[in-house]
Amino acid sequence: MFIELGHFTLILALLVAVVQTVMPLVGAHKGWRGWMAVAEPAAMMQFFLLGFSFAALTYAFVTSDFSVRLVTANSHTAKPMLYKITGVWGNHEGSMLLWCVILAFFGALAAWFGTNLPDRLRARVLGVQASVGVAFLTFLIFTSNPFLRLEFPPLNGQDLNPLLQDPGLAFHPPFLYIGYVGLSMSFSFAVAALIEGRVDAAWGRWVRPWTLLAWLNLTIGIALGSWWAYYELGWGGFWFWDPVENASFMPWLIAAALLHSAIVVEKREALKSWTILLAILAFGFSLIGAFIVRSGVLTSVHAFANDPERGVYLLLITAIFMGGALTLYAARAGQLQAKGVFSLVSRESALVANNVLLAVATFVVFLGTIWPLVAELLWDRKLSVGPPFFDAAFTPFMMALAVILPVGSMLPWKRAKIANTMRPLWIVLVLTFAVAAMVWVVQTERSLIAPIGAGLGTWLVFGAAVDLWQRTGRGSTRYRLGRVLRLPRADMGRVTAHAGLGITFIGIAAMTAWQIEDIRVATPGESFRVGAYDVTLVDVQQVEGPNYISTMAEMQIDRNGRDVATLFPEKRIYPVANMPTTEAAIDNGVFRDLYLVIGDPQGNGGWSVRTFVKPFANWIWAGAIIMSLGGLLSLTDRRFRVAAGARKTPKATGGVPAE
Amino acid sequence: MIRAFLLALALGITTPAMAVQVDEILADPIMEERARDLSKNLRCLVCRNENIDESNAELARDLRLLVRERLVAGDTNAEVINFIVARYGEYVLLTPRATGSTLILWIAGPAMLLAALGVAGLYIRRRRPVAGPATLSDDEKNRINQLMDN
Repeated sequence: MFIELGHFTLILALLVAVVQTVMPLVGAHKGWRGWMAVAEPAAMMQFFLLGFSFAALTYAFVTSDFSVRLVTANSHTAKPMLYKITGVWGNHEGSMLLWCVILAFFGALAAWFGTNLPDRLRARVLGVQASVGVAFLTFLIFTSNPFLRLEFPPLNGQDLNPLLQDPGLAFHPPFLYIGYVGLSMSFSFAVAALIEGRVDAAWGRWVRPWTLLAWLNLTIGIALGSWWAYYELGWGGFWFWDPVENASFMPWLIAAALLHSAIVVEKREALKSWTILLAILAFGFSLIGAFIVRSGVLTSVHAFANDPERGVYLLLITAIFMGGALTLYAARAGQLQAKGVFSLVSRESALVANNVLLAVATFVVFLGTIWPLVAELLWDRKLSVGPPFFDAAFTPFMMALAVILPVGSMLPWKRAKIANTMRPLWIVLVLTFAVAAMVWVVQTERSLIAPIGAGLGTWLVFGAAVDLWQRTGRGSTRYRLGRVLRLPRADMGRVTAHAGLGITFIGIAAMTAWQIEDIRVATPGESFRVGAYDVTLVDVQQVEGPNYISTMAEMQIDRNGRDVATLFPEKRIYPVANMPTTEAAIDNGVFRDLYLVIGDPQGNGGWSVRTFVKPFANWIWAGAIIMSLGGLLSLTDRRFRVAAGARKTPKATGGVPAE
Repeated sequence: MIRAFLLALALGITTPAMAVQVDEILADPIMEERARDLSKNLRCLVCRNENIDESNAELARDLRLLVRERLVAGDTNAEVINFIVARYGEYVLLTPRATGSTLILWIAGPAMLLAALGVAGLYIRRRRPVAGPATLSDDEKNRINQLMDN
């Protein structure tokens, strides 16, 4: 009964979305206020209907209702409650429903917070947003309906893929989807602005919080996925340049570019048409990502629904929205008049350089991702494009970005002198080279990765610190220290995010250059030395978990005779899904992770054991989290809140209420 | 517990072999290092986008052993790669060779960067102030500094 209600509200949501697309857009065109006013309640209604529908599906999973086909295929009574709930989106249909819920959620948010927007623009934004909803709800209902019932329900289900029964991965999709789908908001704003034919500073201010929200969630989502791959897949890699990873990375890069160019629109009314194009492309890459993940056209470790029919439909959605938006762009972009002027050396130019590097880097990732397909179609050449290509072709852009970043973020608007901006940075530059030289001397490897990475990381982190300090103006140190905390959140956010990037740089470089690996057969009781650590395989036991059977080793790690950690690496078998998983045991540290993996039993009563020492591993994800924190700080900047607050006092007499 | 374990065995669940096996490792550490480097650039043909160094598949193990066999036989790195490409095709290489049409892939990034810098340069030129106001004179600068310090 509850399931049917959920099914019903899903269909109803589609009808509401159709109304929300047609009436506000027609109303805005004809100037009919009544029709435009439909957008707001419709957006709310669509969200509540879909929310109910999602709750109904969750209910089916929680109560293990095996008459629902999706529950049978992806759940099991013995599964822990957490994974029964996360199992709702651990499959194609459920994740698509989550996608639609978030899409409607953003629409509702825009209706809720968008009361300060001009009526016409708001109606158009909500109308465009609903049209995306129509496309995905149709896709969901006609090709991937999650509410289908089984005529003869089985006694138990087939269990969720064991790899997905993990806290890191359980929350990876929701963050990722908020990111992907959040970019639909920027897209809606871009298309609405093109229909209006007007982009001004206010538009830049409106579109930025949505992009920030999407970008920071995308950052968290990607970091969670990477962290999961690190501890779950059993050899401690953190990025594989897999098509599906690239699918999430491309919108991230473009969203990062968009964040920066929207500032130029807001502050200087330049780069307007480029910003619009980025907003369209950012969502375009989200759509392409959905296509790559769900069509199975590119082989990947992730792909979980390789259905050609779905692939064709998603390609159609991508083609319609990108084709439509880009045609509109071609017709209207010329009308967007840039106002601000600036010279070659200026903040504006630095942000243009940022955009050039990010956009070209995205292009390289995109080309590498689809190249196997292109080569096969055009030249009948079957080839692979793997991590070595991406490392070589992508990394230089990021390095160039890191080099210009601290200078660019401190350059004044309009016209600047490099020498003036560099003055407080010289000391950081000296520090940078000192750190790089020290790393080069200290390390035993003759690789350049670590010195360059550590140097760039230092440059970014301390450059951000100087940036912050310079913002406090002139005066005594005491006065300036006091000002640090009262700086606008946007400044705090910028500095935090840039420092986070530096920390990620250091982590990636150190882990790539200095990882120690040891593979051997050890018998219980045996000790061996890895790097500075003494590792002892104490014992290996069979242990039974709630829905798996585990081979669990007990391993003792010492350093210079002092106890460091006792770890329990496991190999699990999930009998229902008939699938083994590796559960590495990790001792996390600030400067290194100790990463243990237990393998198969060997003939002589020994076990194959892998030990890794991974220096600075956690810096990679810590940096990402700091970056998203920077995004959050920037999102709470007063100028966005003041704009949102304007709704309560629409005819305030000029002054802005004090905080 | 033991019953469950036996059940798992009966169901024919075999745990995968873990990437590089102990018995594969060559005695000579330098040669082993070369083998590992080569393996990282070779694709496991039955997996989804994994190199043979990380893959658990049987075929990947066979390829790893083949690489080591060739190295022990005295092949150079390039000869090992050529040997494997001759048998398994270009698809096995994770770094596509910069030959023929694949040259486009390698050149596209730098070419695009030049083009983008060109376009950006033109744009910035156009946005330059027509007759830029003169910079502040030293007197004016001093005056501003005074004001800021107070």
